[in-house]
Amino acid sequence: MDLRFTAEERAFRTEVRDFIDRTLPDETRARMASGRTPTKQQWGWWHGRLYEQGWSVPDWAKEHGGPGWTPVQRYIFREELQQAPAPQPQQFGTMMVGPVIIAFGSEAQKRRFLPGIRSGAEWWCQGFSEPGAGSDLASLKTSARRVDDHYIVNGQKTWTTLAHWADWIFALVRTDPAAPKKQEGIGFLLIDMKSPGITVRPIVTIDGEHEINEVFFDDVKVPVENMVGDERRGWDCAKFLLSNERTGQARVGMSKERIRRLKRIASETPAGGRPLIEDIRFRERLAAVEVELKALEITTMRVVAAEQKALGARKPDPASSLLKVKGSEILQSISALMVEAAGPYGIAAPMEEAPEGANEPEIVPDWAAMAQPIWMNWRKLSIYGGTNEIQRNIMAKAFLGL
Amino acid sequence: MDFDLSEEQRLLRASLTRLLADRYGFEQRKAYARDPDGWSRAMWAAYAELGILGLPFAEAEGGFGGGAVETMLVAEALGEALTLEPWFATVVLGGGFLRHGASADRRASLVPSIADGTLLLAFAQTEAQSRWDLHDVATTAKRDGDGWVLEGRKVVVLHGDAADRLVVTARTSGDRRDCTGIGVFLVDATTAGLTRRGHRTNDGRRAAEVTLSGVRVAAEDVLGDPGDGLPLIERVVDEAIAALAAEAVGVMTAAQKLTLDYLKMRKQFGVPIGSFQVLQHRAADIMMAIEQSRSMAMYAAMSLDEPDAAERSRAMSAVKAQIGRAAKFVAEETVQLHGGIGITMEYAVAHCMARLGAIEAMFGNAEFHLRRLADTGGLIAA
Repeated sequence: MDLRFTAEERAFRTEVRDFIDRTLPDETRARMASGRTPTKQQWGWWHGRLYEQGWSVPDWAKEHGGPGWTPVQRYIFREELQQAPAPQPQQFGTMMVGPVIIAFGSEAQKRRFLPGIRSGAEWWCQGFSEPGAGSDLASLKTSARRVDDHYIVNGQKTWTTLAHWADWIFALVRTDPAAPKKQEGIGFLLIDMKSPGITVRPIVTIDGEHEINEVFFDDVKVPVENMVGDERRGWDCAKFLLSNERTGQARVGMSKERIRRLKRIASETPAGGRPLIEDIRFRERLAAVEVELKALEITTMRVVAAEQKALGARKPDPASSLLKVKGSEILQSISALMVEAAGPYGIAAPMEEAPEGANEPEIVPDWAAMAQPIWMNWRKLSIYGGTNEIQRNIMAKAFLGL
Repeated sequence: MDFDLSEEQRLLRASLTRLLADRYGFEQRKAYARDPDGWSRAMWAAYAELGILGLPFAEAEGGFGGGAVETMLVAEALGEALTLEPWFATVVLGGGFLRHGASADRRASLVPSIADGTLLLAFAQTEAQSRWDLHDVATTAKRDGDGWVLEGRKVVVLHGDAADRLVVTARTSGDRRDCTGIGVFLVDATTAGLTRRGHRTNDGRRAAEVTLSGVRVAAEDVLGDPGDGLPLIERVVDEAIAALAAEAVGVMTAAQKLTLDYLKMRKQFGVPIGSFQVLQHRAADIMMAIEQSRSMAMYAAMSLDEPDAAERSRAMSAVKAQIGRAAKFVAEETVQLHGGIGITMEYAVAHCMARLGAIEAMFGNAEFHLRRLADTGGLIAA
């Protein structure tokens, strides 16, 4: 038993960190550090540099153009990106639809779609949730009716992150409404977002930002060759996708980066005539989060080490639900402490951009104006990807036998 | 990065688990607890035979040659069976002082009798005013020729009434709360001037008040530097925290197993109560608390070799803070999920709660360690 990384792994970490420091533009880093989503231009450019480096699809095997990294390398890579902070590779393509196409897709689909995912030339979004199908995803209603060599798609998806940037959507669609079980008769369909009949309508979130959308399908024609695998077995693809990359959900590197930032802020922010960090109650609450994070970091490393040993064998692990619940709770706790640090500035809304090199002195520090929006926006962490309550159901049923 | 056990470690755990499964069922435990000592001499002999009484000592000195991981495995197994024997007091605490503070000669003469089960040790540290501050020592040690004379009063000395020798902290110079001027002394329990009043503990063990009045200690029984013993004390207490963390994981695991069985077996409203979502979610929260604790127990074991003492102590504060919170949560929740049967002495989950409460009360509770961690800058540098 040993917590230390090997010399090769430490060298790999240095290589990743050096690449990020050399390549990541200051503006992108500053925007990420402020808690904003990178612009499409910033994100796309960065994905392109990762692609040139051969690092844009960290989880993929070599034969599909991935770097063929071990689970430990992938963990280190993600942690370094989070700590920089730098954008991850575009997740909907590289972490979600890409692995599904590799596992279930036809050779033609692999040839058609994998290169654009690797390079970032094509942006993807995920069409799973519907107004009537949230936690109960399998009750989805969006239909795909086969007509000759096409499907005709009708229905509505919602909470679709970055649909307004996407070239393609991978959607769960009902192909057989008469199937005996609702999980049967669902297909996993790849749909061109430029298709006639698709309407994207923005949903503005609690922080005033536009990140998610409603997507409407009105007699959208999709060629049959865009169905991934069996048109009745799309649920298998969805389960496979949702079980992928469990250790990324803990976001330990992101929490570390936010805590470092919070500590710097708390040592410069006055409270009661002294720096806030000298307030014992604040400091203890922060220490309590650090303790939980340390435990989560070790738990994550246990899962990574187990994956490393299993050599790619994939099986459900109670840890994936735990990592999701704990990781989201920790980030939410940090966001609440940031609000406390902001104090009276908490009422101020942020500007569109972090004020980089402006001549005018800022009225409210950007970090303080961002504190409440982030605290509000990060409610999503315990809601998306299977709510924390659904994760508890999974733990109780699948692993505790209740 | 590797969380696997070696072949020897797996074997050690398997043989101890087998022994405890055979001879430490809950009913057998009740019988051991009725002994005047409150524990089983026969089990103690069995531990000696298995090698876990000599576990952390070098093989050349008559020990088993185990490290922090071996201690973690043994502590966890002993915890899961809710064992009552003074392994922690003798081997982890007393043994720790011998390993880090005694001369090689002294170890050579004492380790064999620890390993064969004939020598029991206890750590007399806490005083009426000290709470968990290791440097708060009012007991004095004054030079007397080559040796020392001890005066003072120690309280809640775990297994202090059964111990053959006591490891006693005493002030050799300076003021009561100074960090320097503390010595560590190995005192024979039969020495003139040493009196003990034993009492029960809430978790079915024994402890003692130890009064020292003109107690003479020979020079060879000084452990470490008599003018600067605090680093030695802190080191041993950090090892003790790591062992307690592992034991707590074992106890929590036992409480969880009982609770899951109960949720599946107990029927109300015509169905097993485990079918209720409100209880399922609480069971999931218990599982998460235990897995996080298991990680921290591993972190503790693997941090004990940290050469920077301040960093090691920060790590142990993080461990004890997490373990303390989790232990309290798991104890309260597992009892609650049992309903009335959970608060009876005849049922094991109550004893899990009692042991977890005791672990929380030893060497600093969660709040104490959280404050200590917060006051020393936390785990992550800004």
